[in-house]
Amino acid sequence: MASDRIFGLVVVIGALAFFAGALQIQTSFLSDPLGPRVFPILISGASLLCGLSILARPDPEPHWPVRAAWVAMGAALVVLVAYAYAVVPLGFLIPTALASAAIGYLIDPKPVQSVIMGAALSAVLYIIFKFGLGLGLAALPRALMG
Amino acid sequence: METLANLSMGFGVALTPFTLFLAVAGAFLGTIIGALPGLGPSNGVAILIPLAFALGLDATQSLVLLTSVYYGCMYGGRISSILLNIPGDEPAMMTTLDGYPMARQGRAGDALVISGVASFMGSFLSTVGLVVIAPVLASIAYLFGPAEYFALYALAFATLGGMTSSNQAKSAFAACLGLGLAMIGLDNATGLPRFTGGNLHLMDGIDFLVAIVGLFAISEIFIFIESHGRSSAIGVTLGKLTIPWADLKATFATMLRSTGLGFIAGILPGAGASLGSFMAYMAEKSWVGSSGRFGKGDPRGVAAPEAGNNAAAGGAMIPMLTLGVPGSGTTAVMLALLMTLDITPGPLLFKEQPEVVWGLIASLFIANVVLLVMNVPMVKLFVKILMVPPWILMPMVTMVSFVGIFSLSGSYFDMLLMIAFGVLGYVLRKLEVPTVPVILGILLGSAMEDALRRAMVISDGDWTYLFSTPIALGLWLFAAGGFLAPMFLRRLVKRPPIPPSDMPLDAD
Repeated sequence: MASDRIFGLVVVIGALAFFAGALQIQTSFLSDPLGPRVFPILISGASLLCGLSILARPDPEPHWPVRAAWVAMGAALVVLVAYAYAVVPLGFLIPTALASAAIGYLIDPKPVQSVIMGAALSAVLYIIFKFGLGLGLAALPRALMG
Repeated sequence: METLANLSMGFGVALTPFTLFLAVAGAFLGTIIGALPGLGPSNGVAILIPLAFALGLDATQSLVLLTSVYYGCMYGGRISSILLNIPGDEPAMMTTLDGYPMARQGRAGDALVISGVASFMGSFLSTVGLVVIAPVLASIAYLFGPAEYFALYALAFATLGGMTSSNQAKSAFAACLGLGLAMIGLDNATGLPRFTGGNLHLMDGIDFLVAIVGLFAISEIFIFIESHGRSSAIGVTLGKLTIPWADLKATFATMLRSTGLGFIAGILPGAGASLGSFMAYMAEKSWVGSSGRFGKGDPRGVAAPEAGNNAAAGGAMIPMLTLGVPGSGTTAVMLALLMTLDITPGPLLFKEQPEVVWGLIASLFIANVVLLVMNVPMVKLFVKILMVPPWILMPMVTMVSFVGIFSLSGSYFDMLLMIAFGVLGYVLRKLEVPTVPVILGILLGSAMEDALRRAMVISDGDWTYLFSTPIALGLWLFAAGGFLAPMFLRRLVKRPPIPPSDMPLDAD
């Protein structure tokens, strides 16, 4: 109940924001009869209806994860974002091994198993991508590769 | 006759060694993806698309690879349904009802063979149906103007939303969200930016592949972490495989009936394979009546949903190829592939690039034969692969997703966007908002707006034009029916109890 009330409210606010955004779209005198604003405005209207109807008839509360699971998922998010930033400057092998190990650990918390899996997965995927599929991946940090 | 000539040309395209190799590899990968709980056809195909580009496959080759994966998933899903009582993907859900009881009675091998043959029947006959119906529908599609297309897109959203979700408001919102996201970027007609917030990365709009991989694959990681991959239950062991001829003969009529139903469910835009297997199972149960032992290990209860979901997979290709409107989540992903390759599905595709269409159809026939061989005599191999634990599987999925998206554009922005879509997908799935309409919205958003604007140019701003032709009117009525009917049907048809699973299943 509570979740869907919040969700419905977010949808309503989002629909209004989208409507406001649609009014900001520049139009050109060369435009067709409809112009670039009308379709987004229709979408915002439809979303508003959806939001109001979610507010009016909320579903039963979903099973939200317990606190430890939130922490684990937050950690996974940090790992993924860090990986996205790291993989270009640091090359494929090291970030991939670390990120895979971290995600494996978050699913099944056994450190040794995760580290071995991360290293092995990183190596195997590198071989498959580089030599099997011919993708241009840098293996190691640029500084080391010269 | 023309059809036969086209088909033989198609086999000419499909029987080159490399295409044949792709069909076999796709069928193999697809069976694995389908069998592994947590990976289903839509996210399996989604993570392979960027790789298909990276490999530099052309349109026919990528389609052959991905449809083989799609068909393979439909075969593979049953393996874990029967052995573990966990459906490998959503369309295989109904197979658990009788497949697992059969396995408990020591008939796991029989259940696998019957369902494998049923899968073959379903997809083979529906591919024949595709050959017959697709050209007819393509010629009808010539009559479609912008008003009809606009109504058709509305129909796709309505049936998809109506059938797949228990809350119509949420699925309608999902479609709006997708359409809204499609508006981001430069407006096609005027070239002016919309909703970009001045961010240069957003000028080209959101790449639907990034959204698809995020919503389908990355969100799965969070789901797995939340559940700690608890689903890897100890299964039933598989004895010696023999072919239960008596059961096959007894279930033959079941397979034919279920194929017909599944095929129809597949053709409906937006309905998909899950509906096909559901309808086939329920219909078979009421057809047989009280003499059946449904839910306690009736072979017909294994044959019906498997024939049904495979037939639906073939049927779902029809609206995707002829009208450019996907019939399921996975065909939506394939539509994304075609659009990225600058191929517009629709009637013109049949006329201008028949080698793509017919090559695809021919390779579907080939993939089916390959899949029958893989899934009946060689099924033990897949049972071994099924034992891959989630703590290896999920990091692998993550890394393949990242490399795939990275190799598309080489930008870290797309990777971050993919992660954002992953978080969005997790929240939506928790709130029981279906994600497939979001994808469909992103895919069809600009085409839908384009149809509306062209209609308004023709009618000079008269909105009644949208309802002015019989075809358009019929499509609107269908749309309204498809959206509203499930609300009433839900009270009449009660779902049989599905074994509890720790994770939400990915749609097809």
